[in-house]
Formats: sequence, structure tokens, C-alpha cells
Amino acid sequence: MSALTRIHAIFVKELTQLKRDRMTFGMIIMIPLIQLLLFGYAINTNIRHIPVGVVDYSHSALSRILIQTVNATQVVEFTAHFNDVAEAQKAIARAEVRAVLIIPADVSQRLARHPAVGFGLPPSSDEETSRPVAQWLVDGSDTIIAAAIKGLRGMPLTELLDKPANRNTPTFEVTLLYNPEQRTAVNIVPGLIAIILTMTMILFTSAAIVRERERGNMEMLITTPVRSIELMLGKIIPYIFIGALQVCIILGLGHLIFKVPINGSWLQIAGATFLFITASLTLGLVISTIARNQLQSMQMTVFVLIPSILLSGFMFPYDGMPVIAQYIAEALPATHYMRLIRGVVLREVEIIDMASDVSWLALFTVGGLIVASLRFKKRLD
Amino acid sequence: MNDYAIRAEKLSRNFGDLKAVQELDLAIDKGRIFGFLGPNGSGKTTAIRMLTGLLTPTSGEIQVLGHKLPDGTEKLRLQIGYMTQKFSLYDDLTVAENLRFVASIYSLPARAARQRIEELLSVYGLLKNKDKLAGSMSGGQRQRLSLSAAVLHKPELLFLDEPTSAVDPENRREFWEQLFDLSEQGSSILVSTHYMDEAERCHKLAILENGIKRADGTPDELMRDMGAQVVEVDSSNLRQLKQLLLALAEVVSAAQLGSRLRVLIKDQVSDPLSFLRQQPFIKSEDQLNLVRPSLEDVFVMSTGNRRP
Repeated sequence: MSALTRIHAIFVKELTQLKRDRMTFGMIIMIPLIQLLLFGYAINTNIRHIPVGVVDYSHSALSRILIQTVNATQVVEFTAHFNDVAEAQKAIARAEVRAVLIIPADVSQRLARHPAVGFGLPPSSDEETSRPVAQWLVDGSDTIIAAAIKGLRGMPLTELLDKPANRNTPTFEVTLLYNPEQRTAVNIVPGLIAIILTMTMILFTSAAIVRERERGNMEMLITTPVRSIELMLGKIIPYIFIGALQVCIILGLGHLIFKVPINGSWLQIAGATFLFITASLTLGLVISTIARNQLQSMQMTVFVLIPSILLSGFMFPYDGMPVIAQYIAEALPATHYMRLIRGVVLREVEIIDMASDVSWLALFTVGGLIVASLRFKKRLD
Repeated sequence: MNDYAIRAEKLSRNFGDLKAVQELDLAIDKGRIFGFLGPNGSGKTTAIRMLTGLLTPTSGEIQVLGHKLPDGTEKLRLQIGYMTQKFSLYDDLTVAENLRFVASIYSLPARAARQRIEELLSVYGLLKNKDKLAGSMSGGQRQRLSLSAAVLHKPELLFLDEPTSAVDPENRREFWEQLFDLSEQGSSILVSTHYMDEAERCHKLAILENGIKRADGTPDELMRDMGAQVVEVDSSNLRQLKQLLLALAEVVSAAQLGSRLRVLIKDQVSDPLSFLRQQPFIKSEDQLNLVRPSLEDVFVMSTGNRRP
């Protein structure tokens, strides 16, 4: 019984301190709010309006229509004209434009023979009779931009000649489940929960014990009957509520502003989130038993945070990573939560069906609590 | 055996090469105020930390209130109070919140806790500051808050580590009155200090220097047995006189106090007044008085300030 009293005492003390610390309290609300708006709008893998230039050697009506047709896709936006290729390459190097469309002088002949247009039947694979209409020079260092422009390779030229083109039957039929409009926010918003919780939960708890030590409170605490596990629990329980609050902010606003569908049940979301919050909090506690001051605890938090952002599947698909990186990602709680929360929110799975992720988070929490309690000694030596 | 609040035998603690405490023997009676007197770095805090179970001794035996340390540390926690050198309660909690926190950490039932906190607030003059943040209070107020937190669970034994270092003289006097009240009520108290006047108030004390106990006993015993007598010389040209006196083998030390020189002369000189009169540099009009030794004299005699 007295163990509960002591945990409660630490809990109340922690809340009172938090209430007085306006800055931290504000951050609890502002971090998810601002980051949601920022990332929800900013992160977009559906590239539009890439600034590009053109080198037009043909100066014909046809080349102008070609430029307009490409512009109409909205993938690129023509912002500059260059006289020759050398000039265009310099502009790419200066990052003034990301790509340049080079229209050859014989563009009308090429177009006439192009299979997509339908002249010169039967379509020939002979270079002489069938060549690409024009050429793109692309800054290939950014793979996402390069991919977007590559996507233009097979664009239909129907409008160009006001004539029906040969309709090619696609090899595969593709049906997009869960996010048919291909909106990035649908994938980003649930993932953002994992990132923000990783950041705030680890940061708050890792500073929590270090701060007591720095301010000298620890010397008083360890002469009292409070046990290490009670101290740890009392310190992390307030943050479970804070984490839950942050999840509500992100999911609620994500639903309202970015129309992110919430398909799974609240119970499932709460279950997955509880597992992840406790795992992150115990990781924070372990850090706080290692760090000697608040600066060190901050550095260690960043050390965990960056791989959580880059390797968890938040920004880049897990399946595309090399095996070693996948092992590292598997160790991070954020990776497992990323799968769970996206699964629950978007695909309506039950967390029981993702047992390996659930059990990893649970094991991580138990292991973390044991390590933190063992490392935290009620002694000064 | 249980008449002692604290017993320690050959207690030592090293930090790397530094010997913070060496072979400390202690026997501290129950219901008394015992003092550790020593300069900064003499091992007072290390000794207190070992006696409260915060530090494991490198070697030696400790028994506090019948519990053998370090095994009995957790059982001991409920019976001792510890007031740290640095303020260790929460700056961002109010006085009442701090006390409520300590009360629930010691699992006091709610009603008893409320009563006890009210009582402490009035005894230690904190009623008006009840809702003030601890961090915004003066040194004296914070010290009284620390003391009330340390005695909240009515410990049998109280450890106070330099409790008055951040406090003005008036508050110090008051503080000692409160310690005597606690002692009267049966608490045993171990207090460390580097103030001579405070040490003199203790029932018994130990003088520590470089981690070694140089002397212990009641203040009177220490003054009686210090092995020297004290003569005050009232004369002119004291700076030069001091050098001449220090050249004598029988003189332990000479310290200037305003227009007088306080001279410690070894006990082997049976009549220190006539011994000084015989010295050629003492003029006939100089006044010589035999005076009562102070604890400072004891300190000088027993620590490294003495001449070889």
C-alpha cells in the first residue's frame, strides 16, 4: 500500500512541477500542433511544379504546343528559355532549373513517325523511323525529382495533334487500396505520431532523473524510503497521459485538416499507443541513468531520434533498406509502432494480428524498466 | 550496546587515491548533540554519507540505531532524518507542497500529515510563507524548511550537514535553539560545522582534519586536555613580537586579536606567565593574562596548524 502512496506522491509532485514549467507545458501542446501543420503540408512525395527550362532548336508552332502540353501535366513548370545546351547545363548546375527539355530542330518529323501518334504504320523499332520526340536533361542527384521526370517519358501526345492515339492496354491493372487519391498526408500523419512521441517521451523522461540529480534533490530522495522502481513509475505515469493527449491532438487535427481516415477502433489505437509510450518512456529512463547532466541526456535523445525518423519507415519504406539497416530499425520502438499505428488507423487491423510488433514493444518496456531500476542505485558511490 | 545511536569502527573511505576518511572510530550517545568540527574537505560530509548509508565504506564497521550498515540501510531510512548541505527540496514547489510530498513519501496517513505539517509550519515560523515557492525564499527560511522536512517523520536520529552555512548569525542562534528543543524531546543529532561557536554548543564533538579524527570529547574536556595554556599579551609592535615568540620551542602558536596577542604555550611549562616575563623582548609595561582556552585553541592544538 505504501508503495502506491509513494508512487502517487512522485506523480503529484511531477505534475505540480510540470504545471509551473510553462515552457515545457506549452511545448507539450505546441510540438504536435506545429509539427502536424508543418509536416502535413510540407512533406509531399507527389511532386508538382518542378522548375524546368527549355532549349528549342525548332522554333515551330509544334514545339510551342509541345511545351504547353508538357506544362499542362503540372509536373513541371517552364521558367526559363536557353539558347543552347551548354547554357542549359550551367543553369542546372546553379539549381536555377532542375531539368531542361531539349527540342530538336526536326521535332515535327520525329513526331510524325512517333508510334504514339499513329502515323507510319506499322510501328517500327527502327531508330531511323521511330525516335523519341525530344530529350530531357535532368539533375539526377535528387532521385525523387528524377523519378518524377522519368514518369513523363511515356506521356500521351493525344492533345498535341488533336487526334486519337493508339490506346495501349496496360500490362497490369493497379488498384490502390486505403489511399486511392495518393495523398501523402494519409501516410505522414499517423507516422508523425510515432516521431513526435519518440521525441517528447524520451526527451522528458531522460531529463527527469538527471534534473533531480543536477539540482541536488536526489541526495534528499535517496535518504527517504522511496524505492527506485517506485521513483521510476511515479515519474513516467504523468507522461503516459501527456503522450495520449498528443496522440489525440495529432489524430484529431489530422482527421479534420488533412482528412486522414481513422478506420481502426479507438481501443486499438489506444492499445498500440500505450505500448509505444511506455517503451519510449523506459528508454528515456535508461538514458537518464546513464547521462550525467541534462545536456548529455539531450544528446542521447537525438542519437535515438534521428534513426527513428530515418529508419522507422516514416520517410523511406522499410522494405527498401539494406538488411543491416533493417536490423537497426527492428531494434527501434518507433519502427514497430509505425507499423502498428498505420495498420490500425489506415488498414483497420487489430493489434493482436501484428503480434510480433506488439510483443517487441512489451518486451522492450519490461527490459527497459529492469535495466533502469538496476542501474539506478540509491547510493552516491 | 544499544545506548549508542551510532557506533563506527575503523571507518575508511577512499575516492581513488584520495583518502577522504581514515580509520574513524565513533561512539555517539543517544539523545545528545554530537558535532563534527573541521575545515572544508576534512571528510565531514563523506563520514555523514557513510553513516546514513548513502556511501559504502571502503572498510570498517558501522552500526546506526542497532542496524548494521550497509545491509540495514532500508530499515534505517524511516528512523533517520538527513538535512543536506545544499538545499535539496524542490525550488519549484511551495513550502506546503514540499512538506506534503515528504509526508507522503514517508507514508504518513493524510490526517496525521496535515496536523504534523501545520505544527511544523508554526514551530519553524513558516506559516506566512506556506504558499511561497521554496526557490524564492531567503537562506534562513529555506534552512528552516529543510529542517522541518528532515524531522517531519519524527526520526530518532537527525543528521545535519553544515546546516548553518547559508544563514545569518541571528538565524543561527534561533536554529540552535530549535536543535536543543529537538534534543530535549529525545532526538539524537549529528551536526557538522566549521564554526567554532557552533561546535562549542554540542554536547560532544570530534575534530576532523584530512579525514582523520584528531580529538574528541566534550568541549570542556577538549579544552582541559588540549595540552597547552593560553596567555594574552597586551603590547605594542605585535607583528614583530609574534615572530620572536614563535621562535621559542615552548610556544605552539601566536595569533593576533586586535591589540592583543593570543599565545599558546605547551603544558610542560608549569608557569607560563613567569616564563614569558623572563623573555628579554617582553617589556615590563606589557600586560600578561592567563585566559580560558577556547575551542579554536583546541582546534589549533589538534590540527596541522601546530608547529612540529
